[in-house]
Parts: sequence; C-alpha cells; structure tokens
Amino acid sequence: MRRVPRDRLAVVGLAIVVVAALLAVGAPTLAPTDPVQNDLLARLTPPAWLDGGTWRHPLGTDTLGRDVVSRLLYGARVSLVVGFSAVVVAGVLGVALGLVAGYYGGRLDDALMRLGDVQLAFPALVLAVAVLAVVGSGLANVVLVLGVTGWVTYARIARGETLSLRHREFVEGARALGARDAAILWRHVLPNVLPSITVVATFSVARTIIAEASLSFLGLGIPPPAPSWGAMLDEGRNYLTTGWWLALFPGLAILAVVLGINVIGDWLRDALDPRVERGI
Amino acid sequence: MPAFLLRRFLHAIFVVWGVVTVVFFLVRLTGDPAALLVDASATREEVAQARHALGLDRPLWVQYAEFVRSAPLGDFGLSLRERRPAMGMVLEHFWPATAQLAAAALVLAVVLPIPLGVLAATHRNGAVDHLSRLGSLFLQSMPSFWLGLMLILFFAVGLGGLLPAFGWGTLAHLILPALTLAAAPLAQNVRLIRSGMLEVLQHDYVRTARAKGLAERGVIYRHALRNAAGPFLTVSGLSLGFMLSGTIVIETVFSWPGMGRLIVQAVPGRDFPVIQAAVFLFAILFVAVNLIVDVLQGLLDPRARVFEGRT
Repeated sequence: MRRVPRDRLAVVGLAIVVVAALLAVGAPTLAPTDPVQNDLLARLTPPAWLDGGTWRHPLGTDTLGRDVVSRLLYGARVSLVVGFSAVVVAGVLGVALGLVAGYYGGRLDDALMRLGDVQLAFPALVLAVAVLAVVGSGLANVVLVLGVTGWVTYARIARGETLSLRHREFVEGARALGARDAAILWRHVLPNVLPSITVVATFSVARTIIAEASLSFLGLGIPPPAPSWGAMLDEGRNYLTTGWWLALFPGLAILAVVLGINVIGDWLRDALDPRVERGI
Repeated sequence: MPAFLLRRFLHAIFVVWGVVTVVFFLVRLTGDPAALLVDASATREEVAQARHALGLDRPLWVQYAEFVRSAPLGDFGLSLRERRPAMGMVLEHFWPATAQLAAAALVLAVVLPIPLGVLAATHRNGAVDHLSRLGSLFLQSMPSFWLGLMLILFFAVGLGGLLPAFGWGTLAHLILPALTLAAAPLAQNVRLIRSGMLEVLQHDYVRTARAKGLAERGVIYRHALRNAAGPFLTVSGLSLGFMLSGTIVIETVFSWPGMGRLIVQAVPGRDFPVIQAAVFLFAILFVAVNLIVDVLQGLLDPRARVFEGRT
C-alpha cells in the first residue's frame, strides 16, 4: 500500500467539493421530484436496485414518500451555505478582533482574550443548543450562532501573528511614514495573517457542516419540511430496520463533502504553513 | 502554593464567573426572561405574576447580583416540567449515566492509542500506521451520531441483535455508545502519539540507550515513550472536553439517560431552568478538566508552568 501524494488527494477533494456545489446549485433542475412533496402511496420505497425499488426514486423514498435523491440535492444547499457563511462570519469577526487586540494591546487585548477564555469554557455544541433554544431555530439563526461562537480561534491566531509583526521594520516604517493604524493593519499585517487563517478556516468549514448536521439532527437546525442532511438522519434513525437507506445516504453525503474539505485543508496546511513538517 | 498554581486557580475562578454571567444573560437574549421561565401556555396575567414571583421586575443589577450568589451553589430554580430543583435533575443525569459513558470512552480513547501509536511509529508505513491515518481522516469527517447509527445498523439490526441498540444498565449497553464517542479522538490520539514517538526516537539519548545494549522494548517503553508522553495529558484533557460536547448527540442516538439527552429534551418544552443548570454544569466540568490537566502538567514538567491562557 503506497501513500497517495497529498496534492493528488487534494485534487480529488477539490473535485468532490466542486461537484457538491454544482449539484446544490443545480438542485431545482436536477432533482427528480419536489423535495418536500409527499407521496404516501410510495412511502419507504427502497433504492432502485433492490426488490420493490424503481428508477423513479433511485435512492428510495422516506416515510412520507419524498424522494431521497431530491432531498439530498437540496440538503447540499443547506450544508454548504451554512458551512461557508458561518465560517465567514466567524473569520471576519475573529480576525478583526484579533488584529485590534494584538496591535493595540493593553486592556482591550486583555478583555478580549479573557472573553475568549470564558467562551471556550462552553462545549461548542452545548452553547449552540442553548442559544438556539432561546432565539429559535432557522437557517439565519444557525449561521449566526455557529458564526458568532466560532470567533475565538481566529482571534487568537490573528492576535499572535500581529504581536510578532507589530515591531518589525516594515510596520515601523509604514508608521514612520505617517500611515494610519487601519491602513497598516489592512495593508501590512492582514496579508501576513491570511495564510494561517485560510488553513484554519478550511478545516472549520468541515467542522461547521458537521455541527449544522448535529443541530438539525437534534431538531434545532433547519425546521422541517425543508431538507437538511442532519434532519434526514434524524428522521431515518427511527426506521433503521425498515428503511436503512434513510440513515445511510445522508451520512455518506456528509462524509464525502467533509472528507473532501479536510483533504484540501491538509494540502493547504502543507503548502501555506511551512512550520508544519511534511509527512509526519 | 507555588505561584503558577495560584495564577491558574484565579484564572479558573474568573472563568467560572464568566460562565455564570453568560448563563445569566442567556435567557435574557430575547428581552423577556419571564416569558421563557413560565409554561408556554401561560396567560399574560400569569406571566406578570411569575415575573414578580421570580423577582424579574427588579433592576437588572439586583437580579444579576443574586444570580452570581446563587448559581455557583447550584440554585437555578425549579424545573418547569417536573417542579423540582433543576440542578438536582441535571446531577441525577450526570451521575451515573453521563459519567459512566464519558469514563468508558475516555479509557478507550486514551489507553488504546498508546500501544497503537507506538506500533505505528516503530513500523512506519505498516498496517497500523496506514489504518490509523485512514481512520483519523475518515472519523474526523463524519458526524459521530452517524457513526452511531451505522454501528446500530450493523451490530443491533444486521447481526440480529448482537448488541443492544439503546438503553442503559448493563455493560453490553455501554459498548456501542462508548465506542461511538471514543472513535474520533482515539484515531487522532494514535496519530499524536505516533508523531511524538517519531520525534523522540531521533534523540541522542535513544541512540545512547540502544548503544549500551538495551533491548529494543526497553528503549521504546522506558526511554522513548516516557518522553513522548508529555502532550499526552493535554490530549486526554482535550479528548474529554470533546466527549462532553459529543454526549449531547450520542446520548440522543442511543437513548442514554444522561445530561446531554436531558438538555435536548428540555428544549422543546422550553424548560429553561434545566437548560441553564445543564449548560452551567457542562462548562464547570470543562473548566475543571482543563484546570486539573494544567496543574498536573505544571507539577510534572516545570517548563509548562508559564501560564498565559490556554491556546
């Protein structure tokens, strides 16, 4: 068994993610049926290649007779939209706070970092569940909760890099030439912070997709009947004996997309972050 | 008490205070906690009555001061559903159910990786090495609850009920949930021990140990592993923290009667005293684990005593 080189794996990962994105975008034209349309006469139809299956529903139907393929396609939209937008919210918030904390230091820095300590004291999913219980579920709330609770890692990285940069010659030079703080941070510090942030953000898109699936699985994510992979698994878990495909395919979809993103993340880490030793 | 211990304890107390504050403001996120702290079917008069009875019509800082005093003592009021102290209910679910599950998973995730990690390092590119690499990549890319569903499908449905799919009480009931909870940290810990070993094996004292004719076993387990075990405590702490978060979905999958499932069940009934108490206990456990890990590490390794917040 030989190891496949990282960059070749990354191409496979990228292909998976691109295909998933295309399927999500094309869902309205690609989906065989309406993802929320019930068809009680066709309920729990098995996948096409099994006895009783039909190619009208290649991966079978759920307990309300809804087509699994259509729901998977539309579910990809939820996973990808939540995954990417929550990470953008967390990244922008975290990097901005981290740059400011690292650059100005002092009380502001202390306050922000202690706030981060307090937030990290909560297991992430527990905090998300509690906040969603108060503000209610729904796509926007899930993005906001996962985004706002994710800022700490970015802030710490951005702060650390800023601390090490703020007394370097090129920053001092810019300051001596009269550049404003905002311009220094934007033009000289931020570009140096971005490589590590990109690596972390990639992995956290993967983690956020899993978090969204977990929240939807617990009934706190995207409310029914809108299709989401986590919610599909929640419905499927009560039919493991009679409709195993309901629990299998949404999980495989999550696995494929998240695996693809993680492989890209590994490659980015090797490529952008020279501190990590190759191959170990 | 050494200075580093004192600093570390003060920091933990600060974090607990922060946790209490967050839990206090949690039910005030939407403005009116009274509406959340009474039954959903309550009339406007009943809400007003409850607001007064719960003291929610007093100034915010008075309410906060009282909360900061009573919360650390475990007083979160009565559960709306069961009309008994919320923290009592949470503790009943934590001990023994959640504690049992977390302990079993921790043993799996922390003990098994030691021999596996050593094997992966000493037999680079061997079967264990490849399997652990694939395992950690795959297990980190799937939701743990889905792994749980697949294990149920295989062991409980497929193999004709070899292991029970849900419930609590016997060792057999513990196997699937503990395995599910431990899987991802287990695979990751194998990788960590492996890279720690690979690094240590390059050091001079390992070469010296070999040169003076020690058996390879002794070199590996007495000299190398001991020095590779430095991050091990941190890893155990991180795994336990990860698992606390994991209990919330895993307990739901396996109908395990622990505090993770309790908090999920409290959500549709909007039983906020229970949610507050459970969130508080989760955070306190998390803080305690981190504190213990840092203190132990500081005692074992003086280099770790420079404490500047966890990174």
